[in-house]
Amino acid sequence: MDTPRSFQEIILRLQTYWAGQGCAVLQPYDMEVGAGTFHPATTLRALGPVPWAAAYVQPSRRPTDGRYGENPNRFQHYYQFQVLIKPSPPDLQELYLGSLAAIGIDAGIHDIRFVEDDWESPTLGAWGLGWEVWCDGMEVSQFTYFQQMGGHDCRPVSGELTYGLERLAMYVLGVDHVMDMPFNDPKSPIPLKYGDVFLQTEREYSRWNFDVADTETLLQHFKDAEAECARTLAAPAEDPKTGKRIVMAHPAYDQCIKASHVFNLLDARGVISVTERQAYIGRVRALAKACADAYLMTEQGGWSA
Amino acid sequence: MPDLLIELLSEEIPARMQARAAADLKERVTNGLVDAGLTYASAGAFATPRRLTLSVEGLLAGSPPQREERKGPRVDAPEKALAGFLRSAGVAREDLQIVDDKKGQVFIAVIERPGRPAAEIVAEVLERVVRDFPWPKSMRWGTGDLRWVRPLHSILCILSDEAGHTVVPLDIDGHVAGDRTRGHRFMAPAEFSVTGFDDYAAKLKRANVVLSAADRAEIIRADAETQAFALGLEVVEDPGLLAEVAGLVEWPVVLSGDIGAEFLHLPPEVLQTSMKEHQKFFSVRDPKSGRIVRFVTVANRDTADEGATILAGNRKVLSARLSDALFFWDNDLRVATNDIGVWVKALDNVTFHNKLGTVGERVNRVAALAREIAPLVGADPDRAEQAARLAKADLSSEMVYEFPELQGVMGRYYIEASGLDADIAAVAQEHYSPLGPSDSVPTAPLSVAVALADKIDVLAGFWLIDEKPTGSKDPFALRRAALGVIRLVLDQKLSVRLLKLIVAHITRVFSESYFRSQASLLQKIDPDLPDDIREEAQLAIEGRTKVIDSDTPEDVEYFFPVSALAADLLAFIHDRLKVYLRDRDIRHDIIDACLAMPGNDDLTLLVNRAEALSAVLKTEDGENLLQGFKRANNILSQAEAKDGVEYSYGADVKYAETDAERTLFAALDQAETLITPAMEAQDFETAMAAMATLRAPIDGFFEAVQVNADSGVIRRNRLNLLSRIRTLCLSVADLTRIEG
Repeated sequence: MDTPRSFQEIILRLQTYWAGQGCAVLQPYDMEVGAGTFHPATTLRALGPVPWAAAYVQPSRRPTDGRYGENPNRFQHYYQFQVLIKPSPPDLQELYLGSLAAIGIDAGIHDIRFVEDDWESPTLGAWGLGWEVWCDGMEVSQFTYFQQMGGHDCRPVSGELTYGLERLAMYVLGVDHVMDMPFNDPKSPIPLKYGDVFLQTEREYSRWNFDVADTETLLQHFKDAEAECARTLAAPAEDPKTGKRIVMAHPAYDQCIKASHVFNLLDARGVISVTERQAYIGRVRALAKACADAYLMTEQGGWSA
Repeated sequence: MPDLLIELLSEEIPARMQARAAADLKERVTNGLVDAGLTYASAGAFATPRRLTLSVEGLLAGSPPQREERKGPRVDAPEKALAGFLRSAGVAREDLQIVDDKKGQVFIAVIERPGRPAAEIVAEVLERVVRDFPWPKSMRWGTGDLRWVRPLHSILCILSDEAGHTVVPLDIDGHVAGDRTRGHRFMAPAEFSVTGFDDYAAKLKRANVVLSAADRAEIIRADAETQAFALGLEVVEDPGLLAEVAGLVEWPVVLSGDIGAEFLHLPPEVLQTSMKEHQKFFSVRDPKSGRIVRFVTVANRDTADEGATILAGNRKVLSARLSDALFFWDNDLRVATNDIGVWVKALDNVTFHNKLGTVGERVNRVAALAREIAPLVGADPDRAEQAARLAKADLSSEMVYEFPELQGVMGRYYIEASGLDADIAAVAQEHYSPLGPSDSVPTAPLSVAVALADKIDVLAGFWLIDEKPTGSKDPFALRRAALGVIRLVLDQKLSVRLLKLIVAHITRVFSESYFRSQASLLQKIDPDLPDDIREEAQLAIEGRTKVIDSDTPEDVEYFFPVSALAADLLAFIHDRLKVYLRDRDIRHDIIDACLAMPGNDDLTLLVNRAEALSAVLKTEDGENLLQGFKRANNILSQAEAKDGVEYSYGADVKYAETDAERTLFAALDQAETLITPAMEAQDFETAMAAMATLRAPIDGFFEAVQVNADSGVIRRNRLNLLSRIRTLCLSVADLTRIEG
């Protein structure tokens, strides 16, 4: 089996593989999110009865994981590859193993394991059962059967796969430090390493996330997003201008995403105490639930007049 | 007689659920079979990461036919009653028979249930078991409604006998039972059919599946030990991890590797925790140095390169994880050696409980209390306070943030690194102990002082805000804290008046933390307090009041029922003590008898008293004395109730009429001269022994003397004599509470 030579080749192969399995290959969502799950193509599409199959890369941010680019595999910005198929097909595990083969992981010499990991997102009011998938002791993916999203039972159940791309790629490419990983083909005229692309930004964001971001401003952003979400959802379903029924689940959900990211930044700034933490998470969850309720009142969510 | 084989093949079952699931499958299926009339000879259940298997041997080929005669109403009963009977028995009117009964003629319904073939019963039972399986957490998948721990893929269900095997006809939401299964997911994924359990087990083995979890665990243990032994090393035992790892593989392959040299200086606890938590690795120790130098990982397959790729991958992952740990360790050491006080200060920003303030406030309270306790346990107050202030510093460290289970252990390393004495550093680790009935109890005076203070603070705090344990709910582990107090006090035979400490500390929590959150609720200081304690409470509150006053100039009055709270908390500790002593063969009524005595907040004293009483009651004299006491007490109580007076004083030997009376007088005098000083010296053994000597004179008195004599004077004198027995015995323990 031929092995990929660069980070981007792994992404391209995953996209090709899942396109071949019938997934719509989407592009990243254009907002700061903590994980690929936050993309509306997962959170909202997991709701309601309408079938769905999508795969996409999602840049993700976890401010508390910043290490100034020094840690070989911890960074505040990274990529996830996300697959969501509803209803979950009976051979999802086989399909998943096929994707590993596509990026050069030969199950004949590697040790691939499905280790219990119940997924729960208190901020999304969501949970599911599944595993982390280990390859030679390394967690390479999360595999989840969604049971609830935004407080609603998932019927049918979606199967969600999340690949931590850097970690997976480092493993496949045999690289020890993420910054040394070839981003494009090393034989390119201008070969770029992951560090050429991201080292400086890791430093900049680590400093900003931990020490500089203005907490007063962030607290205000949180309140604003919360208020805007509620205001958007409070609008009547019928649009007075067009006279059409337009439930604004997605714009409201954008505000929920925003609040969630601001909360993560505040957390990195160390200004949220343990008890406050729960309260903030509860507030984001309330937004997520309200957005889920609204989405179910849209056609995508299964609503019909 | 046929054998039954069931296998439920699914996606990977969490390791921690497998053993229980196998047991549940066995119990539920066999119970169901037996209830339906199918008895069997033996049954065995197995679990692997992908399958639950049940083998039942010597099953009846069918349930025996059953015939039941059910008696109905009398023949002249109303039509309605008859109709009801026909309905419940499920028979027609014309099938009823009439028999003679004591009360006349009654209907009899003969209900015949034909025997049913095993297959039919098995199908019914298995379907019910699958649908109601008690997984701790189960899920749906796809478009279906069936729930299983993870998606269910196939059901194997066959009955086999000499003639061959047959598939039990069964269809659960589209899962049709068959005689086929699959082997190892990667090494032997092809389907194959089986004819019975032996064939199944053999073919699975060939298909790289070790069916029994115990066998897998044994393979892992033996191989790991052999590999370590060859290098002169030993595997750190971890039965929990072994069981878990045995549940992660169907085909265990043990691989071991070394830990990068750059990580070897990390504390062994860090290496072990990091490897276990993240990687499920076993630690391998060098017995000479005590350091962790290698790891053991368990793969789920053989490979052409004999695990080289797998091992290399695992080492790489380990390096990444340990780089993280090293990063935390280096950062933490920098803080610890520079100014560990930064961590203590950081605790001011961590909420402990919204009514009980921050962790920083809690640390201050514990430090103040530890200072108070120090002289009682032979520790220096200044050093106890210092140790208490640092004991939770490591909660601010990065390592403990990442591995909360290392709290205390890391504190000890970091405090030592900061240049402080080893006994102060040890407090960080030891003050959490004892964590349960079998955990070791610290003995170093500093550790004892802070450990006690830490537990009393938690108890006092949650009592103050009324968050006591109820039923099975004890979210703040207060029962454990109370047991900790008990074990610390008894282990060191400490003479500590708990009530005083508790009152002072509730007051402290109140004034330093609770006060701020609850100021409006407080009115005035509990008037029922003893003077000295009330003053103490007042002073404590005033210290706070002044600060508050600068903001709120109005007169504020404060109230909190500290004496009632403290008494209630002490009663809780006494309850835990009873449980603790019951396990040491001291009956609860004996403890009750001692609890009724003064000074019961000194647990060492209390237990000494209880042990002495328990010992004396086990002797013949003690047992009889108890009966004598009870007789005296009963007669006296009855007389007092009848006469409406208390006979408590004035027994005079000059009114004694018999020798038995005079002997009792003398014996009481004699015992009193022994008991009074012995009690003052808290020498319970001597006091109890002296009390037991009263047995013969009391017995002699009751044999020879009629208490209710005709003469009023003599009767009164005898009652007053009984009163002396009562008073003297009660001065030792409240014998009225002893049962029997």
